[in-house]
This record gives sequence, C-alpha cells and structure tokens, in this order.
Amino acid sequence: MLALMAPSVVFVCLVFVLPIALFLFRAVDNSDVPRALPKLALVIGTWNDGELPPEPVYRALVADLTVLRGSPELAILARRLNYALPGFRGTLTRTGRMLPASDVPSAKDALIAVDAKWADPEIWAVLRQQSGPVTDFFLLTALDRKRDVAGDIVPVAGDQAIFIDLYGRTLWVSLGVTLFCVILGFPIAAAMARATPATANWMLLGVLVPFWTSLLVRTTAWVILLQNEGLVNRALIWLGVLDTPLQLVFNRTGVYIAMVHVLLPYMILPLYSVMKGIQQSHLRAASSLGASPLRVFFTIYLPLSMPGVVAGATLVFVSAVGFYVTPALVGGPRDQMIGYFISYFTNSAVNWGLASALGAFLLLLVAITYLILGKLVGFDRLKVR
Amino acid sequence: MQPHPLVRFSKVDKSYDGVSCVVKSLDLDIARGEFLTLLGPSGSGKTTTLMMLAGFEVPTAGAILLDGRDITHLPPHKRGIGVVFQNYALFPHMSVAENVAYPLTVRGVDKAEAKRRVDAALDMVKLGGFGGRRPAQLSGGQQQRVALARALVFEPDLVLLDEPLGALDKQLRERMQYELKQLHERLGKTMVYVTHDQSEALTMSDRIAVFDDGKIQQLAPPTELYEKPSSLFVAEFVGENNRLEGTLLGMDAGIARVKLDDGVELRGMPAGNIAAGVKIVASVRPERLALGGEGHANRLSLTVERVVFHGDALRLVLRRKGGGEVMVKLPNAAKATPPERGSTLEIGFDLADCRIFEAA
Repeated sequence: MLALMAPSVVFVCLVFVLPIALFLFRAVDNSDVPRALPKLALVIGTWNDGELPPEPVYRALVADLTVLRGSPELAILARRLNYALPGFRGTLTRTGRMLPASDVPSAKDALIAVDAKWADPEIWAVLRQQSGPVTDFFLLTALDRKRDVAGDIVPVAGDQAIFIDLYGRTLWVSLGVTLFCVILGFPIAAAMARATPATANWMLLGVLVPFWTSLLVRTTAWVILLQNEGLVNRALIWLGVLDTPLQLVFNRTGVYIAMVHVLLPYMILPLYSVMKGIQQSHLRAASSLGASPLRVFFTIYLPLSMPGVVAGATLVFVSAVGFYVTPALVGGPRDQMIGYFISYFTNSAVNWGLASALGAFLLLLVAITYLILGKLVGFDRLKVR
Repeated sequence: MQPHPLVRFSKVDKSYDGVSCVVKSLDLDIARGEFLTLLGPSGSGKTTTLMMLAGFEVPTAGAILLDGRDITHLPPHKRGIGVVFQNYALFPHMSVAENVAYPLTVRGVDKAEAKRRVDAALDMVKLGGFGGRRPAQLSGGQQQRVALARALVFEPDLVLLDEPLGALDKQLRERMQYELKQLHERLGKTMVYVTHDQSEALTMSDRIAVFDDGKIQQLAPPTELYEKPSSLFVAEFVGENNRLEGTLLGMDAGIARVKLDDGVELRGMPAGNIAAGVKIVASVRPERLALGGEGHANRLSLTVERVVFHGDALRLVLRRKGGGEVMVKLPNAAKATPPERGSTLEIGFDLADCRIFEAA
C-alpha cells in the first residue's frame, strides 16, 4: 500500500508542497542584500538613529561596492533596494560608477560628494532595515504599510496604497459571484434532482459540457458575446429592449457574468448530489403533518439541502478568490483581482518577494474563510460528496 | 350504525401510464375506529390506495370521501391525516421533540401547549426523556415510535401506516405489532395499515382487504379470511395451504364431492357455484390434517418423505401416490414420537376444513 502511494506522495511533495513552501519563504527572504553587502551588514548594526552613520559604516559600503562594481549583482541589489526606496537605484548606480578609492581619508565625505543622498539618514535607515537575512518589507507592502526612518510601521502614501483595496475588491467580487451562483444554481439543481433519470442525465450533460470546456475558450466567448456589437446586445436591440448597446464587457458586469458562468457547475454539482439524497418521504411526511408546500420548502427542503449549498459556495468562493484569467480578459482596469497582480509581479515586474507576500495573504484569506465556515457549519459539511 | 363511513372509496381507478390501471374500480368503506389492513403482494395496488387516501396520488377516476366530504383533489396538507412511513421519514435536522412538535408548530399551537402534548405523545410511545436526541441516535424501533408519536400528536381521526414495521427485525416487529394494537384499542383511532406480511395482518386487524391485481379479492375479518377464503389466491396468500387437484363430481346439499386426479374421492365446502365436471383445487390447512383417518370425512394414504423440526411444531412432508406433496403441521406435544421416514401413513380431515375452488 505504502509502496503504491509513494509515487503520488513524492509527486505531490515535489511539484506542490515544495514550490508553495519555497514561494511562501520568498515573501520574507532577503538574502540578496546581505550577500551583496556582507561588510556593511556586519557594521551597520552599530549605528544609532538620528545622526548620520559613523565613518566605518561608510567605509564598509565602499569596500562592498568595490567588490560588486561591474558585476550583475549590483543591478540586482539596486533593483531590490529601489523597491524599498524609489530613487535608490539611481544613487547606487551612480555611486558604483564613480566609486571613491578605498584609501580616501574620509569615505563619508567622498560618498556624499558622489551623491548628496548619502547625507540623508533615510537612505541609511532603509539599508539597515534591509540588511538582515529576512525582511518584513514585502509583507508590509502587501498590506499598504512600510517602516519609516525610525523603524515604526506606518501606512504608505495614499496614491501607493492599492493592495488593501485589491483584497477588498477580490473578496467582494468573489462573494457576489458566490451569491449569484447560489441563486442561479439552487433551482437548477433542485429541478435536476426532481427530474426523471433520462431528463436529469441531459441536464447534467448541459452542466458538464461547459465544465469540460477550456476556461480560456469560455471567457473569450463571453467577450465576443457581450461586446457592443455582440450577440447579446444585438438581440436586446432587435427585441426592442434597448436603443443603444449596453456596456457589458470590460467592466464589473462582464466579470460577474463570465465568472458566474464559469463557476456555476461547481455550485450545481455538489448541490445536486445532496438534493438527490433528500428522500421524498421526508417532504411527504411534512405535508401530511399539515405543512403547506412553501412551508415544506423552508422547514425541510432548504435545511436538508444546506450541506450542498455550503459545500458548493465554499468551492465557488475559494475558486473565485484566485481567479485571474477571466477578470483579466473581460474586466476593465478597475476590475482586476489579486491573482492578476500576483501574476504581474511574477512575470512582468519580476518582484517575486511581493508576489509571494500577496500570495501568502491570499492563502491566509482562504484558510480563514474555510476555518470560519468549518466552525459555523461543521467541517464534514464542507466536503464535496 | 354510523350514518356514513369515515372513508369511502367510490369507483376509484388509478393509472400511471394511462393504459394499465394499478387500482381498478375500487369500492371500499372504512368504518370509524376500525383497524383495517390492506394486504397483498407488491404491485397489487395496496400502497397506491393508501397514497391516494393520504393525498400523494390523485385518482384517475372516481372519488374519495373523508367523513362525507369529497377529498379526491384536496392537497395532503389540508387533509389532517396522520401518516407513518416505511422508512420512518423523521426529519434528520430536527431533534426528536422538534419532530413530534412539527405538526403542532405548523398549526400554530402555542409553545407551552405544544410542549405538553409532545411530552404526552412521547410518553405514550414509551420514549419520555428522548426529546433532546437526534433521530440518528435512536434504534429502528425507537425511530418508528417517534414517527408514530408524530403522526398521532395532532389527534387526527385517521392514521395511515405504510409497512411501518417492515425494516425491523422479527422479534422487535412482533413486539411493535402488539404495542400498536394496544395503542389502537386505547385511542380508538381509525387506522389503515398496509403490509405484505399476512401474519402481521392476521394478528392486528379488525378487517383485512386482500389486494391482487388492483382489486380487492376479499374483505373480511381475520378469522373469516383464514377459515373461509373466497378464492384460491386468498387461500394461498393468507396462511399455509395444501393443494389437491381434481374434478368436481357433484353437489349434495351444499357439500361438494370431488375426485382427485389420483382417484381418491373427497368432500368439502365449495367456494361459490361450481358446475359438475369442472377442474377444481381442494385446499386444506396443514394444521387441520390429523394422523389417523378414523372419524374424519376425508382420508388420504401417504408416504413420509421428510420430518422437519420447528421447535413448537413438527412438519411432515408427505408424498401422495400421484406424486403431489402434502404438508402436515403437528404440535410438538410431549411424548409424541414422530413417524419414521418412508413409512406409510393414513391422515384424515373434516369436510369443513376442506375448501373447494374452481381451478384458475
């Protein structure tokens, strides 16, 4: 048994657990800086706040930069420090180019002569904060926070605070999509559960065919259907419902329509399997005991289908929170979700630390949702049967 | 005599496919306070009849009257009939007390009064103190009692029971039969009970309606049904039965003379009018056959093939000369020595215990 399971266990560890652990570590990993500036990392701890650092600190920086000069590591260091303090890249590049000799009488004066920024305590505060092996910089950035010169955590300037809003939007859109999926999926699943086996099979096929179709294809199809000259708008105009085309795509409406469509099967399938298990005799018993059809629905059918609602809603919500392709294609600039930015920081901006930090909080968010739901309705009910 | 029966089925047909009828032109009156059992094999229409009375199925034709009122098209929740289902149908998301209180809650009975009645109903089925449990925490017999309490708590005039003991083991089933019968006697409710178990029907009922092929074959009290079955089907479905095939010779003052296929002549009570020369089946209950032929109207000479021990009884499987089997059931009396295998026996039975039916 163990031997049979071993390949899958190894596979999951190698391609799932290990990469996730490594990427989560990247959210706090800061090895770039102490590796590039080993001498500075040793002495900068001796500097106390307020004044400029003493001469040995300047001298250590000059020594480190002398080693780095001309190597690609200087560019990596410059990019890394530029995240923490915009403009750092320029200062560092210029300093690297016009580096004073290591035997000048005052390394401090020589550096300040190259770039006046070296006389600013803020640049040294950043260097000190970023010189350890681990950093909270990315995690703080992902929460729109930073450390000031004194090392206290403060909110970033208003125009740079985007991530909290982004998490809010991601949550909000996901909740909306989940709600729509429940409202649309419930009657469909209920009708399927009541239908004759032959009809139910056809309905199931209707649910599964889109489910089997590629996400990209379905999303692109929605772009074509929903655009101003698309099928939906033209049909509505032809029917006389509209005079001018409705903006249905590249905005929040488009995101909702496409995401609900993509995720609806995840709602219907668990709900259907739970509803299929509701015995007709329970409903008959309730009505024989004097309950009107509406009352039977609210006191018996709805409570008995609740495990399906909860399981389906969890599945839809957790999937929606991580959505990236669909909002990217059918949403506008203000409709992008956290997944889009994780992708952006991974692929375009190559800021893996921030991408990892954003991902870590997303994971945390999903875990918290799961825990709260589990506590509220019981973990065994979150399973998809 | 009541002015009208509590329930009246009048020319009721039920067809699911529009072609064949599951229930055919059913006429049935159910008296107030009686325990009526609908007995029959599966597919005989007994459950469909019950479901039409409960309101879950609508008759294709005909009318159902409850207390003189036409309820043919009345939805189930307006009928006020208690129903106990085969699988109990307790609501799994409610406690036992909430289950029993459900019909009261629906009727807007106030909380204190409902609690009092729920407690009384649970006491009645000997489950006082179980109110806080979930149905899943109860045994099958306990769940059945909760279902019964729930069907009785709103004091319906009529209670329908659809094979309520079918899922219980034999011992528990027998105890529940007894309790149910006692409850019926104490409360005086009209109960309509569906079962395919003939011994259950015989034990509990005031009257039994034997269903087959969508029709009532016989409607009679248990003793009459057992002693004087009106057809071969009833004789064979209710209780055990020996079949002896032959031809009717003639009638003497209401007593039929028949000649069996192996030449033996018997006399018995005919069920209905049968013409001389018609193929018949003579039916005798195994316990009405006695060892030794003296003093009996009918005699048969048989070979002992097997002796089966049943604890309280012995069953002899005997072989007729013609080849047919005859079964004799003897009480396991003290000092009785069972006959030996292969020996030849003379058995006798009275003409009143021999029913003559026209062969189907």
